[in-house]
Amino acid sequence: MACAASTEPAGRFDLDAPWRLDAQVRVRPEEFGALLYHFGTRQLSFLKSPALAEVVRSLAAHPSARAACTAAGVPAADLMRYARALQTLAASQMIRERETA
Amino acid sequence: MRPGSLPLTDQFERGLAAPICLTWELTYACNLSCVHCLSSSGRRDPRELTTAECRAVIGELQRMQVFYVNIGGGEPTVRPDFWALVDYATSHDVGVKFSTNGVKITPGIARRLAGRDYVDVQISLDGATPEVNDAVRGRGSYEVALRAMRNLADAGLAGFKISVVMTRHNIGQLEEFKAIADRFGAQLRITRLRPAGRGAGVWDELHPTAGQQRELYDWLVAHGTDVLTGDSFFHLSGYGGALPGLGMCGAGRVVCLIDPVGDVYACPFAIHPSFLAGNVRDPGGFAEVWRHSELFRGLRRPRAEGACDSCAAFGSCRGGCMAAKFFTGLPLDGPDPECVKGHGERALAAATPAPRPSPDHSHRTAPHRAAPHRAAPRGPVPLTLSRRRPVPACNANPLAGFAPE
Amino acid sequence: MADSPTAELTDETVAAAPGDDDVLADDVLVEEVSIDGMCGVY
Repeated sequence: MACAASTEPAGRFDLDAPWRLDAQVRVRPEEFGALLYHFGTRQLSFLKSPALAEVVRSLAAHPSARAACTAAGVPAADLMRYARALQTLAASQMIRERETA
Repeated sequence: MRPGSLPLTDQFERGLAAPICLTWELTYACNLSCVHCLSSSGRRDPRELTTAECRAVIGELQRMQVFYVNIGGGEPTVRPDFWALVDYATSHDVGVKFSTNGVKITPGIARRLAGRDYVDVQISLDGATPEVNDAVRGRGSYEVALRAMRNLADAGLAGFKISVVMTRHNIGQLEEFKAIADRFGAQLRITRLRPAGRGAGVWDELHPTAGQQRELYDWLVAHGTDVLTGDSFFHLSGYGGALPGLGMCGAGRVVCLIDPVGDVYACPFAIHPSFLAGNVRDPGGFAEVWRHSELFRGLRRPRAEGACDSCAAFGSCRGGCMAAKFFTGLPLDGPDPECVKGHGERALAAATPAPRPSPDHSHRTAPHRAAPHRAAPRGPVPLTLSRRRPVPACNANPLAGFAPE
Repeated sequence: MADSPTAELTDETVAAAPGDDDVLADDVLVEEVSIDGMCGVY
């Protein structure tokens, strides 16, 4: 499959900021993880791990992406992988930083 | 094996609980009689789904989280309830693209469309000039399409799609198609001609030559994601790098077709009893057909070894298009008729007679053209040694010869 | 295994530092495709 996958360094993603799904994104759980669809951009993202699907679904409920990862059971050693994945989703507008009230 | 560690393509080939997107042909009625029409459209079928039945289908799609449907036909806008159904879909979490020849895209309609967020418009065009286009789509159809494009652009609806079926006669117009799209702020989409529907009778004379196919591939690579393809040309990835897209046959696995009478087919290029999975009017509706029909279960089983599996290109081309093979009389576990390695051309010389297109809603004044009788070899017949018992030519089952691992 | 001439995986990929861009395809948790990117929709 020829797909776009971000090769941007994970360091660019702010794990300690609060994040949320874009309002136009829908999450469809799958055995392999989840399908994300952005109704505005018509873009599809395939999340290839159930843990990542849980992180993405629960972003708005946590004070930071790091907290969402921890709550979803992501081991510390995997955090950079997940940060890279979240950076890809941020770059394609699937997730956004929450405004801090 | 860790779940999710399989390449995504392998996962998708096993099917999903719901399609990712699908084509829904709303009517077989059409004001045109394009010579290559994949649905042999023209005359309305009296058993068409009612408005209420269409709303029920949309409800199912919403529950299954099908995000996007391509509404086509025939010409879908000739249905009086077309606009109401589009609104019903988009207000029930189902995004819509509709494919039209442009006949109803008036300035007023274009303005209404410009105000709708989740509706994409796709205009069909098969020639960058009236001569080339109208030879396939009928006299005056070029002007109708261009007028629709002007109306959409004037209404501020940028980004509508212009969808072209590539043929021997328009491959030379690729740059002109791009220029038309650029002129209207539209997105060019080019797709593969398949020998389906009325296409069966004109495929031999219209499909690109091998040289043109290579030209097309190189042009697509040069244009990256600027030009859409509907992943129509994944069979060309044997030339080199893969083109954008899933790179596999989606029929019955991630996509399917719902036809105007509620019949569910594996894909719009496979409208034939051999690829009919069920009907949305059956108990359990569309969801039941998608999840449990025998046909789709069969398509989702891993394939047994076939003629392609020893070829180095198979990893990228996946054996090409199931419908293209079926309608040229080729075995489904062998090469695509347009295989970039030339294996398809050789296989065609020994192919069984192509199946007759069915069903047929053509206008009586524009019937199918007779497909050439392909079974008569024109030269020495290449013999292929096979370890498997050959499938009898009369066996119309598309899964004949498949053996689950 | 690292010394075997037939080894396909090198130790370098296993020891990739955080933030290292040189990742295995396996490592990528997100793949993206346009909704237009699946065959069987015209």
